[in-house]
This record gives sequence, C-alpha cells and structure tokens, in this order.
Amino acid sequence: MDRFHWLRHRCRQQLTGDSERGCYASPDGLPSKTSPQRVCGRRRTVLARHGPHRHEYEDVSKKYKGNAIRTTKYSLLTFIPMNLFQQFHRAANLYFLFLALLNWVPVVEAFEKEITMIPLLVVLLVIAVKDAIEDYRRYLFDKKVNNNMVRVFCGKQNAYIDRCWKDVRVGDFVRLSCNEIIPADLLLLYSSDPRGVCYIETANLDGETNLKLRQVVSDLSLQGADFTPESFHSRIECENPNNDLSRFKGYIEHSGEVRVGLHSGNLLLRSCTIRNTETVVGIVVYAGHETKAMMNNSGPRYKRSQLEKRLNTDVVWCVVLLLVMCLTAAVGHGLWLKSFKDSVFQVIGETSPALAGFYVFWTMIIVLQVLIPISLYVSIEIVKLGQIYFIHNDLDFYNEQLDSRIQCRALNITEDLGQIQYLFSDKTGTLTENKMVFRRCSIFGVDYPHADNARRLEVYEAEQNEATGRTVTLKSACSRKSLSCRSLSCNRSSVSLHTLTGESLEEEEQLSNHAATRTGAFCSRMAKDVVPDPELVRKLNCLCSSALSVRGSSAESLSSLELTYITDFFLALAICNSVVVSSPTQPRHMVPEARAPLRSLEEIKLMFQRLNFYSFSPPQIKGSPRSFTSKLFPRGKTGSFTFNTPPRSGVDPALESDQEACKLKSKVDLPDRGDGGGSAASRSLEELENFREAKGDGDNQNLEGLGADAESKEDSDDELLYEAESPDEAALVHAARAYRCTLRGRSAESLLVDLPGIGSLVVQLLHILPFDSNRKRMSVVVRHPLTGQVVVYTKGADSVIMDLAETQEGSERAQEIYSRIREETQKHLDGYAREGLRTLCIAKKVLEEEEYEVWLKRQLLAESSIENQEELLLDSAQRLETNLTLLGCTGIVDRLQEEVPETIEALQDAGIKVWVLTGDKQETAINVANACKLLRSSDRLLTANCGSKDAFAALLGELLMEVQREEEREDGASSYVLVIDGRTLEWALQEELKGGFLELSRKCKAVICCRSTPLQKSKVVQLIRDKLGVMTLAVGDGANDVSMIQVADVGIGISGQEGMQAVMSSDFAISRFKHLKKLLLVHGHWCYHRLANMILYFFYKNVMYVNLLFWYQFFCGFSGSVMINSWVLILFNLVFTSVPPLVYGILDRDTPADTLMKLPELYEAARTTKVYIPSTFWITILDAFYQSLVCFFVPYFALAGSDAGTLSFGSPVNTSALFVILLHQVIESNTLTWIHVLVLVLSAALYFGFVQLYSAFCVVCSHPTNLFGVETLLITQPLFYIICALTTVTALLPRILFRALFNTLHPSSALRSAQREEAAAERYRRRMQRWNLKHSGPSGLQVCADNAGLEPSEDEVVS
Amino acid sequence: MMASSYKDEDGHISVSGSGAPAGAVGDSLRSKKPENTAFKQQRLPAWQPILTAGTVLPAFFIIGLIFIPIGIGLYVTSNNIKEFEIDYTGVDVSSPCFDCSQKLSWNSTRPCTCSITFQLDQPYESNVFMYYGLSNFYQNHRRYVKSRDDSQLNGNEESLRKPSKECEPYGKHSNKPIAPCGAIANSMFNDTLELFYNEPNGTRVQIPLTATGIAWWTDKHVKFRNPGGENGNLTAAFQGTAKPVNWRRPVYELDADPDNNGFINEDFIVWMRTAALPTFRKLYRIIQRRNNLLPTLPRGNYTLEVVYNYPVRSFEGRKRMILSTISWMGGKNPFLGIAYITVGSVCFLLGVVLLIIHHKYGNRTNGADISH
Repeated sequence: MDRFHWLRHRCRQQLTGDSERGCYASPDGLPSKTSPQRVCGRRRTVLARHGPHRHEYEDVSKKYKGNAIRTTKYSLLTFIPMNLFQQFHRAANLYFLFLALLNWVPVVEAFEKEITMIPLLVVLLVIAVKDAIEDYRRYLFDKKVNNNMVRVFCGKQNAYIDRCWKDVRVGDFVRLSCNEIIPADLLLLYSSDPRGVCYIETANLDGETNLKLRQVVSDLSLQGADFTPESFHSRIECENPNNDLSRFKGYIEHSGEVRVGLHSGNLLLRSCTIRNTETVVGIVVYAGHETKAMMNNSGPRYKRSQLEKRLNTDVVWCVVLLLVMCLTAAVGHGLWLKSFKDSVFQVIGETSPALAGFYVFWTMIIVLQVLIPISLYVSIEIVKLGQIYFIHNDLDFYNEQLDSRIQCRALNITEDLGQIQYLFSDKTGTLTENKMVFRRCSIFGVDYPHADNARRLEVYEAEQNEATGRTVTLKSACSRKSLSCRSLSCNRSSVSLHTLTGESLEEEEQLSNHAATRTGAFCSRMAKDVVPDPELVRKLNCLCSSALSVRGSSAESLSSLELTYITDFFLALAICNSVVVSSPTQPRHMVPEARAPLRSLEEIKLMFQRLNFYSFSPPQIKGSPRSFTSKLFPRGKTGSFTFNTPPRSGVDPALESDQEACKLKSKVDLPDRGDGGGSAASRSLEELENFREAKGDGDNQNLEGLGADAESKEDSDDELLYEAESPDEAALVHAARAYRCTLRGRSAESLLVDLPGIGSLVVQLLHILPFDSNRKRMSVVVRHPLTGQVVVYTKGADSVIMDLAETQEGSERAQEIYSRIREETQKHLDGYAREGLRTLCIAKKVLEEEEYEVWLKRQLLAESSIENQEELLLDSAQRLETNLTLLGCTGIVDRLQEEVPETIEALQDAGIKVWVLTGDKQETAINVANACKLLRSSDRLLTANCGSKDAFAALLGELLMEVQREEEREDGASSYVLVIDGRTLEWALQEELKGGFLELSRKCKAVICCRSTPLQKSKVVQLIRDKLGVMTLAVGDGANDVSMIQVADVGIGISGQEGMQAVMSSDFAISRFKHLKKLLLVHGHWCYHRLANMILYFFYKNVMYVNLLFWYQFFCGFSGSVMINSWVLILFNLVFTSVPPLVYGILDRDTPADTLMKLPELYEAARTTKVYIPSTFWITILDAFYQSLVCFFVPYFALAGSDAGTLSFGSPVNTSALFVILLHQVIESNTLTWIHVLVLVLSAALYFGFVQLYSAFCVVCSHPTNLFGVETLLITQPLFYIICALTTVTALLPRILFRALFNTLHPSSALRSAQREEAAAERYRRRMQRWNLKHSGPSGLQVCADNAGLEPSEDEVVS
Repeated sequence: MMASSYKDEDGHISVSGSGAPAGAVGDSLRSKKPENTAFKQQRLPAWQPILTAGTVLPAFFIIGLIFIPIGIGLYVTSNNIKEFEIDYTGVDVSSPCFDCSQKLSWNSTRPCTCSITFQLDQPYESNVFMYYGLSNFYQNHRRYVKSRDDSQLNGNEESLRKPSKECEPYGKHSNKPIAPCGAIANSMFNDTLELFYNEPNGTRVQIPLTATGIAWWTDKHVKFRNPGGENGNLTAAFQGTAKPVNWRRPVYELDADPDNNGFINEDFIVWMRTAALPTFRKLYRIIQRRNNLLPTLPRGNYTLEVVYNYPVRSFEGRKRMILSTISWMGGKNPFLGIAYITVGSVCFLLGVVLLIIHHKYGNRTNGADISH
C-alpha cells in the first residue's frame, strides 16, 4: 500500500517538473560527495531479513546498499582509464597532451613523434604511481574494515553467528556487546539494560568522548527480557539516507497497525562504540555508504596555497610570452619565405608564406613547450612532500607522552605556514592542557588553599618534564592489560576510525596510543589524585568531636553548621553531575548494593535534620556519640583516601620524588587511624584489605595513573572509572572522592554514594536538569539520604549562582552568617579568577514537599509536551533554581601548556596577530590571556559586551574614536586588546557593523572572543580572511573548533584530550601549542623560502633555456629548427636539471633554525618582503633573458662563418647553458651540503654521460638531429671549452655582482647580528668540543657534535 | 637519476608516514620518535655561500687574471692564422663568373667555367685548408634539415629501395627511389674548384688538392656506408635507384676512387653535415704541405678555376672560396680573444670596485662561514 502511495507520489512529482528532481538522485553517491543531500519525501522501508516478511524483504531491500564499503577511487581494471581521466582534469596535463597530439600533425611536427610524449608520460606516470599507492592503502583499510566480525542473526540457524561487516545487509539483526563498534546504522531494539537504554561513544564520529544515551524503540523496551528476532513482524518506515547526524525520523509499524514514532535517540550510528551496556540488538536500517557516518565522510581536503595562486598568474605570463615568441616566429617565417623564391634549400611544395607562418606558429609551440613548466607542478608536489617529510621528522615536534609526531594531513600548503598573519586559537585544550584538576575550594566562606595540592601539581609537572624513561614502563604496563575489555575497545575504535576516514596506519597507532593513555574519559592521573587540604580534613574529622560536645556552646553549633555545609558541598560535588561510573568488576549501569546496613544511621540523619539551613537551631544529637563517631569513620576506610594505585608494580622510578606527598599523607592518616582504632568488630574482611592497601598508597601517589590502573583492576574493586561529559565534572568527582565522598554507582533512579564516616548511601535521584549554556548551570533533584528532604543541588557559573543565591530568608543571624559567606565566597572567587582558575559555585536548596509537588507537576507537563518543550523545560528549571543556598565554590585549574606564553610572544613578535576564540566565559578568557602574555599589564583592555545591536554600534564608534585619539596622541604606544563576548560578536559579524569591527580589531594587538559558538568562530575567521585578504591560521583541539579549522587557510589540530575530530579536519596536527612556534617560524619560513625560490628558479631555468632556441630562430628563417638534439632538449628539463631544483626546494636554508627561533622578527620580515612577487619574477625573467643571450651569442660569434654544423654549434650552447643553470643555483642557494654537491655533480655528469654515449653509439637515431660523432669530437677540441668557459662566466657575472653588492650594501641587520651570535656560539662550541676531546672519550664528543645547540638533546640524556 | 629516485623515496616515506624505519630502533619497542640524525633534523653540515663584496672579489681578480692572458693568447693565435677569401659568385658585371651566374640554372647541362686570379700577400705555411663558403644559404631550415634518410645513407638496403617519408618530395623520381634521397642531397654543392699557382715566369702550376680526409672520421667510417658492403660493385648496388633531380651524375659516379665514391664520398658527407648558420663554409680540399722547406702556398698570383654549376642567384646567395691555415683553436676568429680580454678586464675592474666597496662597507660582514 505504502509503496503504491509512494509511486503515485513520485509520478505526480515527475509530472510537476524538474524542480525537485534532485531529490530522486539515487543515494548511491560516492562518499566523496559531501554536499548535504536534501531529505526527500521518499522513504525507505526496512523489514527483518529473516522475519516473516522474507519475500517482501527481497523486493523492498533490493536497492539498499550492502554494508561493504569501498573508499578507493579505482579498481585494478579501471585504474588506468580512470586515473588518466582524473589527471587530464588538470589544465597542465591537457596542455601537454595537446602538444603531444600536435606533434603528430605532419605539417607542424617539430620532433620525432614519440619525443613530445615523454614529458607527458613521465608526469602522468609519477602522478599515477602516487595515486596508486594512495589508493592501495585505502583499499587495505577498506578490506580491514569490511572484514571486521560482528554477530548477526541468521534465520536458518536461528542464532547469532559471526559475520563480516561487509556481509551485513539492511534488515539484519545485529547483536553487539560492550565496547564493540557499530557496523551500520542500527535501530535499537533491545538493550540488556533494564531501562532499555544503552550508551554509545561517538568519538569516532564527532570526536566527543562523552557517552550518549540511546533508547530502545519506546514500546519495545517494555517487552521485557529477551528479544526474539524471529518474531519481529514489524515494518520500519524511515527517511532516506542522509548525512544529518542528529536527525532520524520514521515510525515502526507493528502487526497490529500500531505505529510508534522513531527519533534519532533510537539510532545507533555506524562507527560509534557501545559503552556501558552488555548487549544490544538492533536492526540495520542503513548500511555501508548509506550510513550517516559514511555520508558525512568527506574526502581529503585540497587547499590551494597562496603561492600556487600567484604561480598560476605567472604561468599565464609564461603563456603570453610563449605566444609572443611563437607569433614572432610565425610572422618572421612568413616574411622570410616571401623574400625567397624557389631557393634550393626550400623544399618543393611549400605552401604560401602565410600558411607556412601559421604552421610555424604551432611548430614553435611544440619547440618552446618547455617555457610552460609542466614539470614545475610535479616538482612542487615532490618538493612539498620533501618538506613534509622534514616537518614530519622534526624531533622538536615529537611528544614523549603520547609518542606522537606532528601529522601532516594536507600536503600542499606547507609554504602557507610562512605567510601567516592572523592566528586564531581556541583556548581550552589548545593554550591549556584541558586537564582539569581540582585545585582549591571555598566552603562556608572559608578558603581552603590546598597548598599541598598545588605543590603536587608542581611536582607532577616537574616529573612530567623528566618522565621520559618512564613512558617505556608505562607502555608495557599498558600492553599487559590487553585482555581487559577496555584495551580491546582501543584497538577496535581505531579500526572504525578508518572506516570513516581511511587514514594512515600511523594515525591508527597514534589513536590507539592516545586512547590507551585515557583509560577513562578524563581520568588523568593528575585529576584523580587530589591531595586533600589538611584543614578541611581536620574539619571533616572534627565532625565527631563537634558531635561529642554538640549540646554545648553555640560556637560548636556553628561549627556543626559548617560541617553540614561541608558535607553537603561534597555530596553535591559527588552527585551533581552526569558522570557514569564503572569498574571492571561491576556492570556500569548497576548501582552496587549498599554495604552492610549501618548502625545508628538514624542519628546522623537526625543531625542533618537539625542542622537544617533554614532553622539555625543548635543541633541536638541524641544517642551515643561513640557509635556516631565510629559510624562516621568506619574502620577500614579511615586510613585511606582511596587512592587507586596500589604499590604492586616494582618498577617505579617516581618513588623518591614523592617524599613530600608521603609525609603529608601520614600526617593526615594518623589522627584518622586513631579515631577508628576502637571498634574492630565491624570490620569486614574486605575493608581490612583496603586498609592494608591504603597504607601503601601514599608512596605511589604520583605514579602515572595509566599503568597502575590496569594493574590495580585485578586486586581492587575500589577502582572506579568515571566517565564524564566534561573534564570539569570529572575533576570535581575526583575531588570529592579525595575527601572520601565517593560516587560509587549510578542508575536512572538512584545514586550510590560513600560518605565519610557514614558509608554507602543510596541517594534517590529525582531529576537531573542537565547543563545548558543558557542557564550555565546544572542541577540534580534528590531525596536527601539523611534528612529525607527533597534537595536541589546546583552547580554552575559563579555569575549565575551568585545571583540566584542572593535572597535568603530566615532569622537575622542566619542572614548575617549567610551574607558573610556570600561576601567571603565572592572574595575567594575573585581571587581564584585572578589565579586563572576556572570557578564553579555549588549551591543547594531544600524543597518543601508541597513545593516539590507543585514543581513536579509543571516539570512533568513540560517533559511531556511536544511543542516548545525546550522552552518549557527551561522555564521549569529556572523556576526550581531560585533561592539557592550558596555552599561554596571550587577552583579548577586548567594549566597552561608549557611554553605557551613564550610561543605567543614569539608569534606576536613575528607580526602574527593572535586571536583567542573561546567558549569560556570572559573572566576566564582574560585570565588565560593574561597568563599566556597575550595581555600584558601595559595593554589597554577594550571590552564589548552589549545587549543590543544599537548599543554595540554606538560602542564601536566610541572605541574606534578612542583608539584613534590614542593613536594620534601617542603614536600607538600602548596597545589595545579587544575582548568581545559571543552575543556582541553576533552583532559584530552582521553586515552593517562588520566594517567597524574589522577596523577596530585591526588596530588592536589581540582580540579575545569569549562565549563564542563554533559557528561564530568560523565566521570570524572567514571575515578576517576574506575582508582583510590575509593568511589565517586556526588552531584548536575540539569538535567545536572544526569549522574554524576548516575555514582558515591553514588549520591546525591539537591532538589533545577531546578526541580526534579537530585532528581529522586539520591540515597539520600537533600535540602541543608550543610546536606552533617552530612550525611557523622555522618550517613555515623555510618552506616558503624554499618553494618560492625554487619556483623562481624553475621559471628562470625554463625561460633561459627556451630562449636559446628562440634566438636560433633568427638564424634559421624562423622555421622552427633546433640546434640541439631533440632528446637532449626534452631530457634537459626532465632529467639533467630536474633534481637540483628539488634539492634546492627541499634542503635550502636561508637562515639557520636557531636564528629564526631567536628572532621572530625575521618571520615578519620575510613575509613583508616576499620572495615571490611580480617584481622578483620579472627580474628573474630578465636575468634569464640576459643569460640566454650570452649563452647563445658567445658561441654564435665564436663560430659564425665557420664550418660548424648545426649540432656542433648547439653543443657548446647547450653545455654552457647547463653550467650556467647549475651554477646559478649554487649562487642562489643559501646552503650547500654534500647532497647539493652530489646532485649538481651528478646532473652534470649525467648530461655528459648521456650525450657522449648517445653520440658514440646512436648512428641513425633521432632523425633530424642525429648527434652521432658530434659530442665525441667536440670534447677533444679546445675551442669547445674556451667557448663554454667564456659563456658561463659572462652569463653569471651580473648575478654574482648583484648578489655581492646587495649583500654588502643591504645586509639585513637582524640577520647579521644573528650570524655574529652564531659565530660566537660556534666558536664556543668548537672550544667545548676540543675540551671534550681532551677530557673525555670520543663518546662524550658525539653528543656535542651531533647537536646544533649546546645542550645535549633529551633523548641522549635518556639513553 | 639516482638522486632523483632517492628523493622520491623520501617523499613516499613522508606520505606513508612510517617515518622512522623500524631498523633504526634497536629495541623491541617501536617508538615513533624521529631519528636524531643530521639529515632528518636538517642539520647537515652546510657551506653557506653568502656572496659579499669581500668574498667575491678574489674570484673577480682570479677570473680577470686568468681570462686576460687566455684572451691575449687567443688573439695572437687567431692573428697568426692566415686566411684568404674570394667571392666568385659573379654578381658584378666585372666579375669573370658573371656570365656563368646569369645563365645558370639547375637544368642546364652545359658546364660553365670561369677563372679568377688573385694574389696571396703572404706565404701559407703548413697545411692549407680550402673551403667553399655559402652565404644566405639556410641549410638549417627545418624542413630542409629533416629531408634526409640517415638509414639509407648508412647503407640500409631497404631504405635504399624505399626511402623514408622525410625525404619527400625528393624520395622518388619516376617511380624509382632516389639515392641519396632528400632535399639536402639534392641541393649538394657541385662546383668544381681548381687552384693554379701562377709562377712569376708565367707558367701555371696546378696545386694538388687532397679530396680525402675532409670529412669526420666517424661520418666516413660509421655513419655513411654504401649499400652492398665494402667491396661490392657500386653500380650494381645502386641499381634501380634514381639520381637526385639536381645531380648531373648518379651517386656511384661521384669519384673514381672506390673509397671515395657513393655515399662515402667525402664531399657528399661534408655537405650532408648541415651548417648551423646561414653563412657557412665547408671544407673542400686540403693542400698538403709537401716539404718543410717551401711554404705550401708561396706568395704570388693564383688562379682559381671554377666549374660553375651551383646557382645561388635565386636566393641571393654568395659563393666564396677560402684558403686558411688552422691552429689548435680552429680557424681565424678574433672574437674569442677580444671577448676574453674584455671579460677579463671587466672582471678585474669590478674586482677593484668591489675592493673599494668592501673597504667602505664590508667591515661588518664576516663573510662565508662554515656552520656546524
């Protein structure tokens, strides 16, 4: 029926015209076609393959794609035709094909027919080989992916059997276990989770490491225990394949004509990973190339570099030159012919002069073809590969921790690195480490500085810097855990990555390494091991003592109040989040059972009830204080801060370095143990075990978490892994855990939390109001385990929470206390912000039951509403999050990466404007800008936070005025930094205000955009790039930077904490921000110089050589004759002089690396006085003309009137041209290594070898220009050498003179000083070397001799 | 080529990204750490030729010092070469060859002779080379140059019977293949020059001219071969071929000497080596020095007897006869000597200028240094 409808629908559409025909394009587009396909009305029907609809299935699913993927461009058979077809899309290749064909026309034929094919064939071959290799690698990846195994339901055997991915079809039932990768887009039908949900990690898809929830199709989840594929009768109707990841619509129709809607929450996407769910079953709805993942997969990017664009205009000039030369020849030939009638050397049957001239025009195009540098394009590609090779191999880009190098993903924009004018940087993860670590907190208005924690961070840092040897042990530890579920997932996830991108093996390895270092999401060792503040620990411990004397003074009661604050604070830290807890021994979604029931829990509950925040009445705790104490600190736990690293591994080089931490630990431990010493009876065996472990813990606390994690799994069930949506959350949970407030498990309805001294508590979870960027906070509504009240815990940005926590009711005293807390906390917040910490406020609110009921109704209403659900939910949340009680605040440190300030300073010195585009809030952004020296004390901050467009327009004018006034007054002595927030940025990006914004931002030293969305980031980059016409670079690490990275001329991804998404879309992927410095200042500079010089040299070479032939036309009646053997002519460019420019382009160094690093100004100098600009091009061309004149006319005058034959004349011309061309390069080269020398010598030798052999053995070949005997005779004649010497010297004289004068009269002062410095360093080094030689063995010398710098490099220290 | 493939390999390494070859890392652990080699870290010892006045001025002086003597040497050598040139085209009415030149065409069968007398002011020592020179003759015209069949000239029987297409329209004549085919052969210079010494007493002594040894050894012995082997009968070998249209005699009658007949006739070989420029000379005969006491060509009057066969009027060409001695650097050419002296002097002067500049500005430069 449905099909019928569809057919009718389709017919109608066909009739209505072409307008919508695009919709019907069958979805078989190759994955490279990335344009978002319009989602059409057409639907796809999916039936179970082995279900009751088997027959119908065949009809329906015929056209659906299988799950096999093929990302290769060619197959074995189609390679040659397809590749040729692809290659001939290039204009240059077409041009040469045209030439080759032209040479087959008899009247214009210039050379032997085969000869003109050679350049084309060589070029085609080189490219084809390159393409073939690339395609073969892609093929291997495809094969690997296609042959992955998955369990698919088989109707015959009525069971799930192993099948390859490629054999999976639409309609198959696929069963997946935890950590398996989803092979196709599945509709989730069953999950082992009782709630019918499953978690997937989409890191492979979008780089986000957090877990996403997927739900079983809503009515199926209720079907209960086991899902039986054979009884699946339903028919699924869904939309056609499209590339919108977040969109999926359809319905499932059960046999009873009941339709259940489907949404994207039911869809498991290919290449994601199942997490935290034991088993899921799904039916394949899209397979292979029709999956959303594949449809989103764009091919490798091709960016055209600026230089290449310039190059093309010059190629056009060459074409013009060529045409002029050919026209000259044509006209000349016509006139020449006219002046002769019937001369003996004219071949009979010659046509009219005009026609002959026309023919000569084409002949000349063939003869002078070299002028259009076909080999230039190939050479540029090779040179860029060479440059990439060196960038890739740079030791300075090697990251010891990740064992990763720089990844060069775009191969053709190396030289753009040397021309960057604007740098756009993300903040979190790019400038900073994105390792959120709990640093300090303030509770109840009391600041806990966590001095030891700070010291720990420093120790960690120091350790990290020298922890090179350790990586080995860590890695081996890592490999040992290969049996565990997790490492399996590492390997597998890397596979699936390739299904998406077809990336290189190396990246795969990198990713698996990368994944291995992150055992849990954001579970870095550093984040986990928070050293508690002794004061705070004391206070927590004082809970007992205060309870003891609780009946007494009011001071004591206050302290109890503080205690409840503290407890609530940590409880909030532990539960107010969306962290998923897992441990190897327990299924993640299960709430572990609470331990043995606790005695006198009631008492504590009572205490909490008494300590209600609204009634500040002195708490009256009844019952035995003794038992209370013992309950607060159950023995097993007392001594331990549940560090998760037992001292099992014998190899721990970090042991000594942790003395500090040890001392602290024992200090903290002692009182605890004393407290707990009394009641041994309640100790369970397990706790005993814990205790023992805990003793050892202190020693190990700085051990890298990674290896230890794996080992501790076997023997400690305390090992919990937190998988958080954001690193901040994880940091807070870990912080809470350090205070023994441990989140142990989570289910939909409840949370299991260990509280210090109380033990495990089940907290009934009523609601989670998730974080959103509007509210800037998240809340949980729970029933308090101790008081039984409904409590809202809120965690959020300070600005928001402080506002919401403003009003406070209650007694005067409470008011007083509360306002004091507020004041203090605000003070602490400011302090934290100054320190550059990320601040969060924690607040709570106790709801009356009635109040809750009222709210609940609204909330349920909001949840169930279809229309403007989001607004209603927001409204509901805002209704709840009022009148909060401020508990305290936290300071999380996201440390700057190492050398960030230096890097930014260097980049700014290099004339690069650095913009920071961040989603963070303004204060944090400014702090970080401050910390990384983007913002200096002398800078003036311009802030733009405007509520409306008009306001911004006004402000813009004002700021501009101010800046201008300042400029006039002080000549811009103080620089400006513009800070603009997301909302204002939105106005700024609008058409009317763009201009002003640009104007302003151009005058500012730096711009910081905070609270900006990914789209805004890319818009900003685009605006700057297009309107200012500058070279932009964007660097970022997260999925939110992807658009910016793609828009910028050069996109750089930082392979950091947030998955590989940014890396995948980047041109270069580095592991640290500091690498940018060398990448731009040294490699960018070099690459640009090298390439520009090489291109100039190439033009020079071609023009110079071709002109020799042109001059000859004046003496042969413009007939298109050549005086050089045609093979030599063709091979001259292709072989004899092809390699030296490559070496020049790859190895030349105009300035040493040290100097470039030391003097960033050189970068700007090189950029502003570009090497490759029209003037240099024309100077080069002029020089080429001069040299060719010399090369031609010196032999001409020397041999004029003599009995020299054509080739005897051509030979000295050609030979001296070779010398001139090679020596010209020597003059232009800034460095000459043995490679240069070797290549130059080889080139010359090759030429001589070739012509000698050719003239000795080739008797009748190479028809009109038979070289036989010519060269062998010539090299015996002194005249030949006399001519060559004179020609070479005369041709090169002006260039040498120019260089010498230029370098003498205009030395760049910076360069000179650098050279002096270098010379001094060199002398010092030599002295040291000599000293070394005297005082130590030769081994010591090696270190020095091998290094440019004075210090031995890291690896040598290690080894 | 070696170097080029080596580069390519590098490139591919970078693409495949397998940077550090496994062999480089000794231990089992395969680290991706790049190798710390001078090459990979771009620290190869390099000579940095920074050209400044200070560094190049020695080079200029040296060039000057070398070039000027060479130039003087060349100039003196060139000046010592004796050369005599006489135009016998017969453009002027007064010229003895005027009549011949007016009447002549390729079709005329009756040979026209003329004789020109001239005087040598100096005696010519050693071997004297006798050239004929043509002007405005574009032997390098593309279609002309192409119009030959090397394989036919190399004695290939097949090509003899079936000349290459390149020879068209001089490939066949009345359905017989032309040997030698092509425009070059067809237009072969066919004047006969004879030289007589007019002794003061009035007798004319013919000066013996050697017709062999004027072609390149390689051409005579390798490149040009007669069909039918070394000692075959030439007439038989060329049976069934036609002579080039413009020729008076077939190719196997070029010379009586069997070693200088057919394709290996040296006049023919010399003609077939096409000249580079439109004004050229070609070696015609060698006047061997007979004894050491007498000059080869003493001072005095000579008569040049020309059998005037070769028409040049149609393209306004000129024909010349040249007598020249040669030196180690070839024929007379003052250009090279002058050029060397000029360039040498310029270099020297520039050297002086650079010296001044160097003294004025150069003290802050430290010149080329070898880094690392």
